[in-house]
Amino acid sequence: MSQLELKSGVTHAEQAHEVHEKPNYLNHDHSVMSWLYTLDHKRIGILYLVSITAMFILGGIMAALVRVELSTPKGDFLTADTYNKSFTAHGVIMLFFFLIPSIPAVMGNFALPLMIGARDVAFPRLNLLSYYLYALGAGIGMVALLYGGVDTGWTFYTPYSSTYSNSYVTVMAVGLFCIGFSSILTGLNFVVTVHRMRCPGLTWFRLPLFIWAIYATSVVQLLGTPVIAITLALLGVERTLGVGIFDPRLGGDPVLFQHMFWFYSHPAVYIMILPSLGLISEVIATFSRKNVFGYKIIALSSVTIAVFGFIVWAHHMFTTGISPYAAMVFSFLTFSVAIPSGIKVFTWLATMYKGAISFETPMIYGIAFIGLFTIGGVTGLYLSTLGMDIHLHDTYFVVAHFHYIMVGGAILGFMAGLHFWWPKITGRMYSDFWGKLGAGIIFIGFNFTFFPQFILGYLGMPRRYHEYPEELQLLNVMSSAGATILAIGYTLPLIYLTHSFFWGEKAGKNPWGATTLDWTATDSPPSPHNFDQIPVVTEEPYHFERKEAGVVSH
Amino acid sequence: MSAIEETEHGHGHNKNLAHHFDTLEQQHEANTLGMWAFLLTEVLFFGGLFAAYTVYRYKYSAVFEEASNLLDITLGAVNTAILIGSSLTMALAVRNSQLGNSTKTGHWLVLTIIFGMGFLGVKYFEWKHDYDIHLMPGKNFFHWQFAKKAKEIHTKEHSHRLPGPQDGVLKDDDPSLGVKARLESEQARLFYLLYFCMTSLHALHMVVGFGIIGVIAWKAYSGVFSPDYYTPVEIIGLYWHFVDIVWIFLFPLLYLLGAHLGH
Repeated sequence: MSQLELKSGVTHAEQAHEVHEKPNYLNHDHSVMSWLYTLDHKRIGILYLVSITAMFILGGIMAALVRVELSTPKGDFLTADTYNKSFTAHGVIMLFFFLIPSIPAVMGNFALPLMIGARDVAFPRLNLLSYYLYALGAGIGMVALLYGGVDTGWTFYTPYSSTYSNSYVTVMAVGLFCIGFSSILTGLNFVVTVHRMRCPGLTWFRLPLFIWAIYATSVVQLLGTPVIAITLALLGVERTLGVGIFDPRLGGDPVLFQHMFWFYSHPAVYIMILPSLGLISEVIATFSRKNVFGYKIIALSSVTIAVFGFIVWAHHMFTTGISPYAAMVFSFLTFSVAIPSGIKVFTWLATMYKGAISFETPMIYGIAFIGLFTIGGVTGLYLSTLGMDIHLHDTYFVVAHFHYIMVGGAILGFMAGLHFWWPKITGRMYSDFWGKLGAGIIFIGFNFTFFPQFILGYLGMPRRYHEYPEELQLLNVMSSAGATILAIGYTLPLIYLTHSFFWGEKAGKNPWGATTLDWTATDSPPSPHNFDQIPVVTEEPYHFERKEAGVVSH
Repeated sequence: MSAIEETEHGHGHNKNLAHHFDTLEQQHEANTLGMWAFLLTEVLFFGGLFAAYTVYRYKYSAVFEEASNLLDITLGAVNTAILIGSSLTMALAVRNSQLGNSTKTGHWLVLTIIFGMGFLGVKYFEWKHDYDIHLMPGKNFFHWQFAKKAKEIHTKEHSHRLPGPQDGVLKDDDPSLGVKARLESEQARLFYLLYFCMTSLHALHMVVGFGIIGVIAWKAYSGVFSPDYYTPVEIIGLYWHFVDIVWIFLFPLLYLLGAHLGH
């Protein structure tokens, strides 16, 4: 230790204040190149964080266009064509450019090696490559949008994307292809990291629950994404060669496209939500100061969800011409997903029960998550009911359902994670008051935006139209007004987190009193090599009672 | 902090060990698992095409069998033999790198590339022939029933002249053809589309393989590998065997349909 202080004292003689600090991953090298060529998983996580925040803002602007248009029954703000392009851009940006890389690539990159006591992920160069593939894909996507956008909806269903499309589908498909490979490489990296890089004593059933969730997510990324890649490649072939692999006029089958698309895109929903589920387990345990209830069953339910995720895809196609027997099987399997999801919700509640709960910002997000995820999940059961789905298919009920999962679930989980790890990422605290206020505004705004859409959908308002009957205006105005509140809620963290980054109070090693390695064995912010000494794990991850007792006896 | 310094010095004596791994063995296991995981994604990547193939072969089995018979089984079989040969040379390269014979490793790797290029050479003439007799989907595609005739003319004349309407070879949307003939032609076109997509994706994997094998052969000649460190040779071996196996599936699925019927 003294040797190091001596060394840094020599090299940074002019920066007296740094003499007392160990260099951390943020300040050990300030040059731009040290960021752009970094192989450090923590810095790559930050690169992702900056990029996806930009994408989130852009996707949010597209959502704003949609909501402004829908505040009146007539199509008076956007033309039908522009409206199509707006909701397509919103969907593509939010799903492929924001949500899929959000928790895995930001939180996963930052926290995974820290939580398993590794110096880095297994393949640091591959990790950087995967970031640049993401940047390239997002860049190509932006080119497609700037040149006039895509009007197919985010699902790229044929023949909208083949015969009847004159927009920039091929360019966008190339962009998504790159993003897909970025996602595959991240997943591959994490799978190998979890298998081979765990520190001594960290057995599988001692892994933090977030790691289980990230592991399950990575497996889905590995197995699902190649299928969408080849599907988009075939779509590109169909568009450029004028052949009809998905075109019924030329002997092809458009339903095959839907099967191949959803074989990835349904599991992709779990790429978005599974990491959140793991993160919430961390947050609930930490702020209830209690060992999680049913550790093994939560861990295995993550894996179960990943497996079920792969065998329910055709529930998106109940009305598009699959056999009724297949539909029944897929309906049944879809119901089964509720079992591992329900297990998670009830184990969280049981963890909180008789815990010493403190309501800091991450916990507020965590509790909001439980409620909204439950509503999103239960409405999913309505949609997996065959008869009910005929009525609700392609209505705003579906839109509301998946926004409860994607926004109420995935994004709130992301916010919980961001606020949870912020002190570790930056070494500084943020204002808990503003944090809670932001969480509250987001919760209210979110429900105002999306709850009315359940009713709208039930009343029969279809998605993807820029006009609607006048009697539906009240609910639509509520939804648009809610979206405004939601936008304010999202703006607040940008402000107070930026403030915290520069002027926040120093956080110290473990401000939340968490028990996993990322908090107990590293500094905030961590050193470039994460650990001074590779830790040795001797017990399960969430022994709050014992650790608190240890503190008392000191 | 001193712990890090120590481990870094500890790593210093082996330049092949990356700083974030503790031992060469851990690094070897991680790299090998990484390649297996990558091959798993490749299985699903090709899997999309195989799924499409399965759907359409089931739907249009009669036409698929006939269409398959216009491909050249002999050239396909020769290529299969060449590729299996390249798998053998690759296995020998891996074995030699484990034994520490750097130069031999390099030789076997170069031989693997040569076999692979032989495969692609044969494939080039095969594709060109397929194009000449109008099997390539797109503007050049003619009605498949005339492909046989085109093939005869093309083979007989030994010229580069492409058979066309003057030889009685018709486009597949020619109005003089009946509805059934046109429908069948569309189905045949799907077969050839899958044929070209699958074989060219396979060829692309081979070309990528050449580049990587070339770099590793160069490393082998410069004596980088030893019985302690031969991971790159082993994982490129895994990759190459995968490329081989894909072809082992493609050959019967594309070339041998209905061959037992004596067409």
